[in-house]
Amino acid sequence: MLSERTIVALIYLCGISAIIFVFGIFYFIFREGAPFLRDVFDFDSFFLSANWFPTSETNKRYGILALIAGTGSVTILAMLLAVPFGLGSAVFISEFCGPRLKEWLKVLIELLAAIPSVVWGFIGLMVMNPLIVELTGAPIGLNTLNAGIVVGLMSVPIIVSIAEDAIRAVPDTYREAAEALGATRWQVVYKVLLPAAKNGLLAAVLLGVGRAVGETMAVLMATGHSVNIPFDGEFPFFHVLDSVRTLTATIAAELGEAPRLMAEADGTYPEEAHHYQSLFVIGMVLFAITFVINLAADLIVKGVRKKR
Amino acid sequence: MSISEPAIKELFTASPLTQKKLTAQKWVKVGLALVTLAILIPLLLVLGYLLVKAWPALSWDFLTDIPRRGMRAGGLWPALIGTLYIVVFSLAAAAPVGVMAGIYLNEFARDTWLTRIINLAVVNLAGVPSIVHALFGMGAFVLFAGLGKSILAASLTLAIMTLPVIIVATKEALASVPMSFREACWNMGASRWQTIRTIVLPNSVSGILTGLILEVCRAAGETAPIMFTGAVFYKAIAPGDLFPYAPSDQCMALSYHLHTISTQVPGVPEEMLYGTAVVLVGFVLAFNSVAIIARMRIRARKKW
Repeated sequence: MLSERTIVALIYLCGISAIIFVFGIFYFIFREGAPFLRDVFDFDSFFLSANWFPTSETNKRYGILALIAGTGSVTILAMLLAVPFGLGSAVFISEFCGPRLKEWLKVLIELLAAIPSVVWGFIGLMVMNPLIVELTGAPIGLNTLNAGIVVGLMSVPIIVSIAEDAIRAVPDTYREAAEALGATRWQVVYKVLLPAAKNGLLAAVLLGVGRAVGETMAVLMATGHSVNIPFDGEFPFFHVLDSVRTLTATIAAELGEAPRLMAEADGTYPEEAHHYQSLFVIGMVLFAITFVINLAADLIVKGVRKKR
Repeated sequence: MSISEPAIKELFTASPLTQKKLTAQKWVKVGLALVTLAILIPLLLVLGYLLVKAWPALSWDFLTDIPRRGMRAGGLWPALIGTLYIVVFSLAAAAPVGVMAGIYLNEFARDTWLTRIINLAVVNLAGVPSIVHALFGMGAFVLFAGLGKSILAASLTLAIMTLPVIIVATKEALASVPMSFREACWNMGASRWQTIRTIVLPNSVSGILTGLILEVCRAAGETAPIMFTGAVFYKAIAPGDLFPYAPSDQCMALSYHLHTISTQVPGVPEEMLYGTAVVLVGFVLAFNSVAIIARMRIRARKKW
């Protein structure tokens, strides 16, 4: 049997394991992508160019602007759907329904969250695709609208559960005070609860955004996967029926084909090696985005706790 | 002198302002109920639609047969058993670390900056996109550790990705054990670990198990992290073979199989595609329901 000392040491080690893994993730992605950062990377032609031609024979270019626009457009559309619906049902679940109904609704929302993302992608591909073609007359149903709806549905559960926590965390004395003044339930909600819980609600939205940005399989199958910026100066400025491609889907689609080549004797890499490395740099960008979002959400929520 | 009847009525009717308030309240309630319905109806519609479309394909043979004629006929056996392999290995890797991390956070950690960073790291581990976990798994397990594309590499990648599920569930389960239980045990002269082993863990084991079941759901459904670390398009095994893979083999997996047959293999019969989706969703939702029911039971039984 292990001695108490060993076990406690093990527990401490496992306790800090999460930190080790987060650093590990960053380190190993950086390790694979570093040669690209050293040899090819240039801020303007990486972030500000829409030319993503990593396998071109003559002129390989690695511009991820269109991929960022793709991720952005899907996220915006998903949030336009998920934020009002998510916050609305969080209010309904926490303030307007009885305990039994509440329990059932929470279970259903949990089941919604449990459906694997590849199944959502399949639904986008097989169910939404022909539906969108029929309803809108678009030439192809795999586009921003399709992915936006699917990702919106996927991010609703996290928004509902965090927002519901935030509303429930408002002390009951607030509700009682408002009701004693003659406020109806709805007045209590929008005059008292929403302002009091606004940081938690913001965190819920942020985590929803994080979910949408990081979604991979569903957008890989539902966006149509063409490098394209769906925004321009022409009305209506945001073309939801355009096919796009996201940062995550690019990695998922191309990592299998990009060869991992070794450095030559003098330490430089052949041109063909940069494609593989560039995908890890995209991974770093995604890691950075979600890290900032999670940090922000954490700080916002912790700020609330300190005040109380 | 008696008050006239209309005057009594007026005493008991709401003022116009109150009436307005109450109507507004009613409409808001209906509106919010509709909003809630609007996100749950797609769930039920989609599940129903999948099931109807998949019905012709669903049979015992569909589960136990191997894919035939270039994935266009036959069943799901190698993918099903592959998912099982990956899930079991990832659970074996994630469970001890996750449970001990949960114990640390609830029983040992004080409110310091280190604890705060650990919590932030846990949140981050859950928030990092699955495809970034895939890149990490490729860099760390497939290449650096030299495991190659294998069940082991895929399971370890998934284990790290799903660790937060176990940590959070364990932490909550332990937190629900009242402090007085621990204090009573310490007063008997028990050490910290003895208290945890004999009092805290037995009283929270069902909550921890719920967390483990949720980890299984998560691991079974994920596609991106295993695409480049161990899942393979096709693997020839005997139908119904229970132990077809070695840990260093690549394997087929249900989620990846659904992705490939619906995007990369032309001419797969529709009912087979829907059938595969239904088997995957059924697997995940069945496990999830078990976890939910277990949790309700625990809550109902709690005496303290």
